[in-house]
Amino acid sequence: MAWFNRKEQGITTPTTEKKETPDGLWYKCPECKYLTPSSEHKYYAYTCISCGYHERIGSQEYFEILFDEEQFTELDTNMYSADPLQFVDSKPYPKRIATTMDNSGLKDAVRCAYGKMNGIDITVACMDFGFIGGSMGSVVGEKIARAIEYALQHKTPLIIISRSGGARMQEAGYSLMQLAKTSAKLALLAEAKVPYISLMTDPTTGGVSASYAMLGDFNTAEPKALIGFAGPRVIRETIGKDLPKGFQTSEYLLEHGFLDFIVERKNLKAKYTALLKMLK
Amino acid sequence: MNLDFEQPIIELEQKLALMKSQLGANDNQNPAISTAIKTLEDEILKLKKETYQNLTRWQKVQLSRHPDRPYTLDYIENICDEFIELHGDRNFSDDLAMVGGLGTIEGKSIMFVGQQKGRNTKQRQLRNFGMANPEGYRKALRLMKIAEKFNKPIVTLIDTPGAFPGIEAEQRGQAEAIARNIQEMFKLKVPVICIIIGEGASGGALGIAVGDQVLMLENAWYSVISPENCSAILWRTWDYKEQAAQALKLTAQDMLGFKLIDGIIPEPLGGAHTDPLSAYQAVKQAILQTIDNLEKISPQERISQRIDKFDNMGVVNE
Ligand SMILES: [Zn+2]
Repeated sequence: MAWFNRKEQGITTPTTEKKETPDGLWYKCPECKYLTPSSEHKYYAYTCISCGYHERIGSQEYFEILFDEEQFTELDTNMYSADPLQFVDSKPYPKRIATTMDNSGLKDAVRCAYGKMNGIDITVACMDFGFIGGSMGSVVGEKIARAIEYALQHKTPLIIISRSGGARMQEAGYSLMQLAKTSAKLALLAEAKVPYISLMTDPTTGGVSASYAMLGDFNTAEPKALIGFAGPRVIRETIGKDLPKGFQTSEYLLEHGFLDFIVERKNLKAKYTALLKMLK
Repeated sequence: MNLDFEQPIIELEQKLALMKSQLGANDNQNPAISTAIKTLEDEILKLKKETYQNLTRWQKVQLSRHPDRPYTLDYIENICDEFIELHGDRNFSDDLAMVGGLGTIEGKSIMFVGQQKGRNTKQRQLRNFGMANPEGYRKALRLMKIAEKFNKPIVTLIDTPGAFPGIEAEQRGQAEAIARNIQEMFKLKVPVICIIIGEGASGGALGIAVGDQVLMLENAWYSVISPENCSAILWRTWDYKEQAAQALKLTAQDMLGFKLIDGIIPEPLGGAHTDPLSAYQAVKQAILQTIDNLEKISPQERISQRIDKFDNMGVVNE
């Protein structure tokens, strides 16, 4: 299987986050209930070999999938959230951040790294949905802006993997301005003719879809991901009607002209490599 | 319609009007009468100051949505000596929730773009409550590119409860349209001034709000989400909209304090709707002065300052 040939290797980054499986040994597909050994599920890039269901994985898994020999160098590993608004809902924002950090082993909803993909130098920013719904506040915006800056400085193609419910409410106005900040940086990258591939995964909505996720030279998505500006619940409540079947899926966006292609995760590395080689 | 905190002031104003209407031609010469009137006038002014200098964030949100508040076309028509409205996105349709066109102020040509709300039920539907569809954002961008082509400054007027969340809006790429506008506005070679005149909700506002100078009217709000929707998400009910408004810190004064906007245009005491002519004058002066300042800077310098300004927005620990 040339498309996905990699060896089990020790993890080379400090993060210890691991995808949970039912008992660590088996993976049960939530879609078709097919049971498969966890090692095999990992080998197929965390997709179901029976029905193709793409498990919601995080940055660690994507980095291992994309980077050669799972080797990469992470950028801005120490950045974490401030509380510029002193925001309190059911609990104070800093408390929410601290709890989420403890539970997820992550600092915020994005990690950025550089390394080689089939020998090509690349920079990758990958969102983690497990961190407050992958929401974008100042940290996500700043880390992505710096990853773009890194790609620009080193002239490496950029891949941003989005998985987010949108902007983070607890940073209000600051979160909104991250749409502008990241889009501005991407404009500079585009001007320098450095390729940018956007990968939208389940889900990509709100402020993330209305900024960097939709601004790729190549807009791509995993199969059956939910992608849109407004969430389905909001739309349903606004128009007071049920939504058509397949609405706001990757396939729907492809049909309406907003994606270049849909790519199965197990083919991701090979397809992106082929695409970037053609641009050389 | 009056807001609850407007009511006591309006009652006093009605009392004053009644007093004045009952006066005969010679009554003004009676010092007791003129003293009584003066006392009441002072009382009204004092109450107004007390009320409007101590508005809660939620009360400001209410003012920003006041049904008599001037809307985008009110400003354009009252500020410009001449205005030619321009329509359509050249691709799908003409979105009436987003208006635009060329106008002149004191002989200076300016491209205006902004969301438009409606004042009665029929108009509100026609304008889709100021919630633009993708073709609205694309129309806005088309007009901004025309301005760039002919080297005219751009003024955007923001007043929206959000981009429209509908089936067709998604089908035609609401997210892409807004993202594209945000990015393209950074590259515009002409001066861009953005003024939040009422509601500035989320990406639907930002889609026409990337500028060299972003200003807010004194009683406008601007944030990532409306207080109602914030309440619905965080508290699972709309009942906490006042707390949500407090937590979001969404007023002009908040946003200026965070350096997320560049300035505030003062409104007449009581809000823009109580004295629209003063509000038009204030906005007109702000536009003229800001354009004047921006035109002293080279296009390249303007663009790099615009990018740097937004690049500096955000607070992190590391
Ligand atoms: Zn399955």
